Amino acid sequence: MKLLRALIPLALFAAVAVFLAMGLGLNPSEVPSPLIGKPAPAFALPQLVDGTVTGTGTSTSSNTTTNTSTSTGQPLSREDLLGKVWMLNVWASWCAPCREEHPLVVDIAQRKLVPVYGLNYKDAPAAATQWLRQLGNPYTGVLVDADGRVGIDFGVYGVPETFIIDRQGIVRFKHVGPLNAGVVRDKIEPLLRTLNAPG
Amino acid sequence: MHPADRTFHRWALTLLAAWVLLMAPALAPALAREAAPASADPVLENRVMRLSSELRCLVCQNETIAASHADLAVDLRNQVREMLREGQSEADVTRYMTERYGDFILYRPPVKSTTVVLWYGPAVLLVAGLGGLWWILRRRNRLAADQFDDDEPVAAPDGSVRADDLQGPR
Amino acid sequence: MIPELGHFALWLAVGVTLVLGVLPLVGAQRGRTDLMLLARPATSVLMGLVLLAFGCLIASFVRNDFSVLNVASNSNSALPLMYRIAASWGSHEGSLILWLLMQAGWAWAVANFSRNLPLPMLARTLAVMGLLTLSFLLFVLLSSNPFDRILPVPLDGQDLNPQLQDPGMIFHPPMLYMGYVGFSVAFAFAVAALIGGNLDAQWARWMRPWTTVAWAFLTFGIALGSWWAYYELGWGGWWFWDAVENASFMPWLVGTALIHSLAVSEKRGSFKSWTVLLAISAYSLSLLGTFLVRSGVITSVHSFASDPARGLFILVMLGITVGAALTLYAWRASSVGLGARFEMLSRETMLLTNNVLLVVATAAVMLGTLYPLILDSLGLGKISVGAPYFDAVFVPIMAVLVFFMGIGPLSRWKRDEMPALSRRLRWAAGVTVVSALLSAWVGGKLTIMSILGLLMAFWITASVAADLWERIKPIKGMAGMQAPWWQRLRQLPRAGVGMMLAHLGVALFCFGVTMVGTYDVEKDVAMGPGDSTTVSGYTFTYLGAKPANGPNYEALRGHLTVVRDGKPIAEMFPEKRIYRVQRNPMTEAAIYTRVRGDLYVQLGEVIEGETWLVRIWVKPFVSWIWFGCLVMGLGGILAITDRRYRAKAGATATEGAGAMSGVSAAR
Repeated sequence: MKLLRALIPLALFAAVAVFLAMGLGLNPSEVPSPLIGKPAPAFALPQLVDGTVTGTGTSTSSNTTTNTSTSTGQPLSREDLLGKVWMLNVWASWCAPCREEHPLVVDIAQRKLVPVYGLNYKDAPAAATQWLRQLGNPYTGVLVDADGRVGIDFGVYGVPETFIIDRQGIVRFKHVGPLNAGVVRDKIEPLLRTLNAPG
Repeated sequence: MHPADRTFHRWALTLLAAWVLLMAPALAPALAREAAPASADPVLENRVMRLSSELRCLVCQNETIAASHADLAVDLRNQVREMLREGQSEADVTRYMTERYGDFILYRPPVKSTTVVLWYGPAVLLVAGLGGLWWILRRRNRLAADQFDDDEPVAAPDGSVRADDLQGPR
Repeated sequence: MIPELGHFALWLAVGVTLVLGVLPLVGAQRGRTDLMLLARPATSVLMGLVLLAFGCLIASFVRNDFSVLNVASNSNSALPLMYRIAASWGSHEGSLILWLLMQAGWAWAVANFSRNLPLPMLARTLAVMGLLTLSFLLFVLLSSNPFDRILPVPLDGQDLNPQLQDPGMIFHPPMLYMGYVGFSVAFAFAVAALIGGNLDAQWARWMRPWTTVAWAFLTFGIALGSWWAYYELGWGGWWFWDAVENASFMPWLVGTALIHSLAVSEKRGSFKSWTVLLAISAYSLSLLGTFLVRSGVITSVHSFASDPARGLFILVMLGITVGAALTLYAWRASSVGLGARFEMLSRETMLLTNNVLLVVATAAVMLGTLYPLILDSLGLGKISVGAPYFDAVFVPIMAVLVFFMGIGPLSRWKRDEMPALSRRLRWAAGVTVVSALLSAWVGGKLTIMSILGLLMAFWITASVAADLWERIKPIKGMAGMQAPWWQRLRQLPRAGVGMMLAHLGVALFCFGVTMVGTYDVEKDVAMGPGDSTTVSGYTFTYLGAKPANGPNYEALRGHLTVVRDGKPIAEMFPEKRIYRVQRNPMTEAAIYTRVRGDLYVQLGEVIEGETWLVRIWVKPFVSWIWFGCLVMGLGGILAITDRRYRAKAGATATEGAGAMSGVSAAR
């Protein structure tokens, strides 16, 4: 009996050690998204077309750097994108890792895996346009989130981030940080196959 | 010019400009003015800071959004301020944050089925510890005297035995 | 050449620790005096080799040898000399060399200041310390070598993190490591006693001074860290319940329980199981802390660059070290006697309660620190556990502890009576309640937390006063035969005075925490040159900002004057710095410290032109927090200079089982 009681400290230590060992395989700074499985947040944002921002958005944008006078075209909203599977890629011209992943995004667009929409996060339209001109524009549309509100709604905390939204407008996947070939191959492509399956 | 050099030059010019501008008012009659508070509504600001000090900055991750200088922290503070100004409650703000960032953003973990052990564990341990001690001591005192070790006091190296080696104050 | 020499010294040290760790142990088991006598010289050789390695690392930093990767990553030619030296322990690899230095140093100290320890006990203890040193040597050599070279040699280094370019960096890690590693002495004594099967009051007496000194260093180290965070990080706080802060706090809590448990084991022979277990736990928690900082398992502002491979190495070390010790404990536990008998109401019970409460507090802190990890590894989501949790959970436990802290020193050993005890205490209780309520009323704010905190601080103080009175009060019927009171005061044993001082330190700490927590005032103002603002009666006038450059940074230095009731109090110079190499902006707060509180000023951002956002705090009694910790540690050190720990020339054996021998005070 006394031996049993004396083994308690060892048992407690073993339990702690097991958790610590499991912890070695985890990433404590990665924040999982609570949006997975929930509808994508509502948004209606102007788009960046040929260097100008077109369509007035509902978010109180402090976008005064270039002209917003051209009100041709409507803001792009969540409802506009229902009925198809699409990818949202959050990026900015001031973000260094975005440069790293951009070739992959271009590749995804070229392979027509999924329509990619960009969310230009807290950026200046001139710089963003220049950036796309230099590195290539894979986006079916670029949403301008000048004050970052929509980013917050999507739970963005570190650029770049990538989301996959399905036909019903439900968020299915989020990746924080630059995309890499492994993630595309092992996570995104299988998911797209599932989501695109008829029925 | 290298971006780092550009920044340095901008800093240097700003400092120079600041220095020049600072010198000018020295010539003007100095009017000691009561400084304006940084925010229009100190009471609101207090609430904002209090609430923000319980929210985790997701960029630096080891600061509160009250203390952090990160862009996201500033944005989230502004969000908190706006919501409180509109009359929303602190619970509303908390819900807003957790809907977007999950429980991770809360430094005060919510009480849920997964955190019951966390919140009530220490109290349970306290009661169990003290209660267990009581029970063990009572059982111990019912043992026969010969089960115990001798009651010899341990002497100091010079051979002396002090009163407080065996008992408390006189 | 020099780095290679240091590297070689470490490999030689591996050989020495293998000898030290094995042969004296075998010698003690078999009664081979020649093998046991190897221990002392082996520790001297080990000390020399580790000192050499440490010296080589420091030399590389001082000489700006950027061909050494560690120097290139953590130093810079413009870095002032004292920070170049401190940078040697600013990285994961370098800090391990500091740890090794402490490990070897403590072993050497035990070997050379324990002339009266029986040889088998000494041999076993040193052997265990040698094995602990071996594990760290292997860790360094196999995964974290600070002497690695880098080619091509960079022209200059990447500089030390600006937040570490501070005197705090010079003192905080060494103090802290003295404490962490000092607990390995207690660990080694405990394991040695378990192996040898001789746990008795003598063993406790040997262990006590060593453990108390380690505890005192840890107290100083943690207090320094807290103070440094307060003046450096600029958000006005002093404890964040960050994972690594907790990792340093847990060994301290257990160490406190240990020194109290040792008191009982030494005097009464009781609590031996507790003492052994606590001794094992204290060092285990030090190792746990090292694991948490270096493995990347928990995010913390303190973490070194994380590497799961290194984490695995330390985890294995932790598993073997602690697992073996606890297995040994389980095996030997049944043979440990019950110790002397004591009643339900006695000082022993008070101290046992103290132990239980401290262990519960440690468990609570560990639960909160590891809970996010536990949930995540079980796939139950990701949460954060921060200050709101720890404050809610820790303070009540401490309140109960402080309650017993007041009673304990006034209770008698073995058996006490309720009426007598309450008679000793009731004056203290009355004074406590009156003082607390009076202070709260004078301060102007009555909240539950502030009253609780004041009650705690005054209760301890009143209890110490009552204890002092009991010890020096005139005894009835002996007037004329007793020495005068001031002589009685001087004749008080140092152990007793040390205890009172240490407890008083806790009271000062509680007072500081309560006052600053309740009466802290913060004001954010937009200030242009010439603007003033008043906070808590102090008028701050901003006079503008000027450039002020340092050896490796550029700064804007603001100038404020502080006036109260028309009298000038201080000139304050908060700064905004940009360090040239790493180019991150740093805020240096200006702090004016007085006994009754701090004035704390920080430059925020430029609002426009020369108008800055200035943050001003008035923090009453905040320095009492760290002063209280200083007094705590000093009390501990005073206690171990008691004559009972000093070997007298020609120590005589007295009656009683076993040879009576003492231990020289640790210097």
